[in-house]
Amino acid sequence: MSDIDIEIDGKLLKAKPNSMVIQVADEAGIYIPRFCYHKHLPVAANCRMCLVEMDKSPKAVPACATPVMSGMKIWTRSPKALAAQKAVMEFLLINHPLDCPICDQGGECELQDLSMGYGAANSYFTYGKRAVADQDIGPLIETEMTRCIQCTRCVRFGDEIAGLRELGAIGRGEHMEISTYVTHAIKSEVSGNIIDLCPVGALTSKPFRFTARAWELKQSPSIAPHDCLGTHINVHTRAGKVMRVVPRENKALNETWIADRERYSYLGLYQADRVTKPLIRVHDHWQETDWQTALNYTVEGLQQVISQQTADQMGALVSPNATTEEFFLLQKLWRQLGSSHIDHRLRQIDFSDQDSFPVFPQFDGSIADLENYSTILLVGSNIQKEQPLIALRLRKAVLKGTNIFAVNMMDYAFNFKIAGKKIAAPHEFIFTLAGIAKVLLPEQADLAEVSVSEEDRVIAERLRAREKSIILLGALALNHPQAALIRWLVHQIAKATECALGLLTEGSNAAGAWLAGAIPHRTAVGEKVKLGGLDAQSMWKQARQAYLLVNVEPDLDCANAVVAKQALAQAKFVVSLSVFKNPLLDCHADVILPIAPFTETAGTFVNVAGQWQSFKGVAQPYGESRPAWKVLCVLGHLFHLPGFDYASTEEVLQELKLSLQRNATTLPEVPGAIIQKNGVMKLSRLGEIPLYAGDSLVRRAHALQSTQAIIEGELLAVRMNPQTARELKVTSEEKIKVRQQGGELSLPVIFDKRVPPRALSIFGGLAATTELGELFGAIEVIK
Amino acid sequence: MTEATGILLSEKVREQLDRWMVRYPVGQERSAVMQALHYAQEDNGGHLTEDIMDAVADYLRIPRISVYEVASFYSMYNLVPVGKCIINVCTNISCMLCDSEKVLEHLKIRLGIELNETTADGKFTLRETECLAACVNAPVAQVGKKYYENLTPEKIDAMLNELG
Ligand code: SF4
Ligand code: FES
Ligand code: FES
Repeated sequence: MSDIDIEIDGKLLKAKPNSMVIQVADEAGIYIPRFCYHKHLPVAANCRMCLVEMDKSPKAVPACATPVMSGMKIWTRSPKALAAQKAVMEFLLINHPLDCPICDQGGECELQDLSMGYGAANSYFTYGKRAVADQDIGPLIETEMTRCIQCTRCVRFGDEIAGLRELGAIGRGEHMEISTYVTHAIKSEVSGNIIDLCPVGALTSKPFRFTARAWELKQSPSIAPHDCLGTHINVHTRAGKVMRVVPRENKALNETWIADRERYSYLGLYQADRVTKPLIRVHDHWQETDWQTALNYTVEGLQQVISQQTADQMGALVSPNATTEEFFLLQKLWRQLGSSHIDHRLRQIDFSDQDSFPVFPQFDGSIADLENYSTILLVGSNIQKEQPLIALRLRKAVLKGTNIFAVNMMDYAFNFKIAGKKIAAPHEFIFTLAGIAKVLLPEQADLAEVSVSEEDRVIAERLRAREKSIILLGALALNHPQAALIRWLVHQIAKATECALGLLTEGSNAAGAWLAGAIPHRTAVGEKVKLGGLDAQSMWKQARQAYLLVNVEPDLDCANAVVAKQALAQAKFVVSLSVFKNPLLDCHADVILPIAPFTETAGTFVNVAGQWQSFKGVAQPYGESRPAWKVLCVLGHLFHLPGFDYASTEEVLQELKLSLQRNATTLPEVPGAIIQKNGVMKLSRLGEIPLYAGDSLVRRAHALQSTQAIIEGELLAVRMNPQTARELKVTSEEKIKVRQQGGELSLPVIFDKRVPPRALSIFGGLAATTELGELFGAIEVIK
Repeated sequence: MTEATGILLSEKVREQLDRWMVRYPVGQERSAVMQALHYAQEDNGGHLTEDIMDAVADYLRIPRISVYEVASFYSMYNLVPVGKCIINVCTNISCMLCDSEKVLEHLKIRLGIELNETTADGKFTLRETECLAACVNAPVAQVGKKYYENLTPEKIDAMLNELG
């Protein structure tokens, strides 16, 4: 259909058929006041603030719910429109407190602003106002329900966007209240968005409330440091200190939303265990010192290991949330010192196919594209928890008709409907994919022993239907002990069905790490190194004499805490560049250098789709912490290495980008392997990382921690299928002892039907479960 | 999480509901929510509890909150225990002009209860309601399906005797 001509305030405009007047006005920059309308929410038209005059209509009409018609004329500021708006404003204020100075929303309140612009100074209403009791909806959101104007944006957000309907309009007429009815904490992992949506002070951020006023805050753009899509955020600071984080609109990535993880992780920034001064170990005591001394100490320590042994005895591990510049400088330093042992893939185990990787892990298409596939196969991912905003895209896709199939190690209930699923314990997981592959490649010899189920056929046929499809691999697949085999199978399926592929890597900058060379087998931009180094696991298993850690808490961030601990205990010299203190490193490190988190340094994150996004430091450095890129440059100088004279992160980036122009190397084929039953393993552990335990910053955000306890339930427990329990002869009342790689732990049992038979789900990434070692792998129950 | 257990709904209610649900297209079971609440309320002796509403939600596979919304919106669902007869006195404008206040007063004295209360013997609950669309014969009260019109203290006494 072609565009329609309409006229607003005398301006001739083109409008898409089926659009609403308010949309056309917004595009043309004509502002119409509104409360309930939001461009990403379904239209409710219940506040009536957007009333405008329309020709041939005796009454003013709501612009948000009036579709455009050819030749229609609208006046948004005519006497009739203004009178209507003024009257609505008076009605809205009948029951709204007029005490903005004591309201947390004051200064950034839509009702306050619009009553200034469209309201009247006095009201005819002189009676008592209604008051509504507040609700406790959890540690993240504070309510002050007397201020609610019943626009229902929060309700519609849960219904439409988050896919978890928790708030509703209870009661009727003057007695209507927005409420959960039964008091409980909101469980959505994107719940904080209702704070931004709420036009008034009814829903505000609990941790931020009454700590600053809007006009004292400086807003600076940044990039979220936890998810793989590089969510756009705005950081609000006062006097150089981060006060809160809010979303920054980006249509292609996060639209107007952010996850609670990105919104509240800032709460961890100024915790008591933040390192403020360089620390060195003197006679087994930590001593605060100045940077110069600490850096010299670091260089001497490493030098000693190099001269007494070789540089081969040094390993470097870096958080996947580091900036691209940090990755680049770290690998440059390390390689110039003579070691190629550098890695960021801390929770991964299987690297056997790493040579066949493209320059960075494959992700076809863009993030926004995810809405447009007709079939999506989700492999090994608790997507809502790992990448909440990608889950929102997938939900959008499903509402538009996409079929999503899940192949998982636990039967997660997502915020979107799935069309089919295959669930298997970690040690049997590979067969779920192998079955699908076999339908497509019946001749493939490697798959000879694999049997095919009806579900396999359904999924394979859907993928083969030649419509647009994609296979997405999540953290559970990538961290799986047979990750290479999983990738091989997925590649076979993708090739046979010509569907796209996307690896949803952990951390905010895995792609940046690959591109910058923070991997043992390639330097910057995928250049193969002559002698490949040790990967993240081998570096611990084949213990080194010296370690350099950049923002790594080895017991919590790595796939196997047990071997990490052993390696650290025997190492001669351990340097930790870190934002926070960590008890394990307190025991084993020799130097701790305080580095800046993302808010205090400039840098670049590359998202999974290969989009480079640079950001600046927005807050003042805390204590004496310094940006890691500067620390690495100084270390380069102190080692008398060439090429560490950078004045800014831009210069570092420029050098990296120059090398980007070199030709990418051709990739070897992924090796296959015979898929057969693992006869030995009877029971495997599924060591998922809880919702807010992924990295050092979120682990320190107290409000997220209390929310995690509510959402995840008991963290320290063994979850198992009742069938497994029957086989093991355990009941849900008792505690059982489990053993994994020598480590033992006594834990209460919880029956959970989501866990497949022959699997025990025990959370990893928690100090209390580090004794158990590997996140996946064989586990036994000893009573 | 909603699980289709319907554990708290009696066999009778589930049967009634199954028969009712066939009227709606597959996937539109939510349309049956009002009828479902009626059946469940009747089965429970005239009022709904949280557990029952949850059971209805789970049975229809809809979010629990959307059942609370419906149940709290309509006055014919009772969220607290009520008497056998609910006397709804209209206090909207026409009835108000025709002295509905006196009607209420008289009822309060006769029953010894305030608005929204139930008599100790569990017989009567007194309520106020909006326009019953019988303004021509104001003041009006409604009990069950029956309207009592042009009310006077005498007529109220007669009504109570009839119901008592
Ligand atoms: S709480 Fe806020 S967003 Fe929700 S209905 Fe009330 S005013 Fe609207
Ligand atoms: S914005 Fe149009 S009715 Fe609320
Ligand atoms: S006002 Fe009472 S019936 Fe209409």
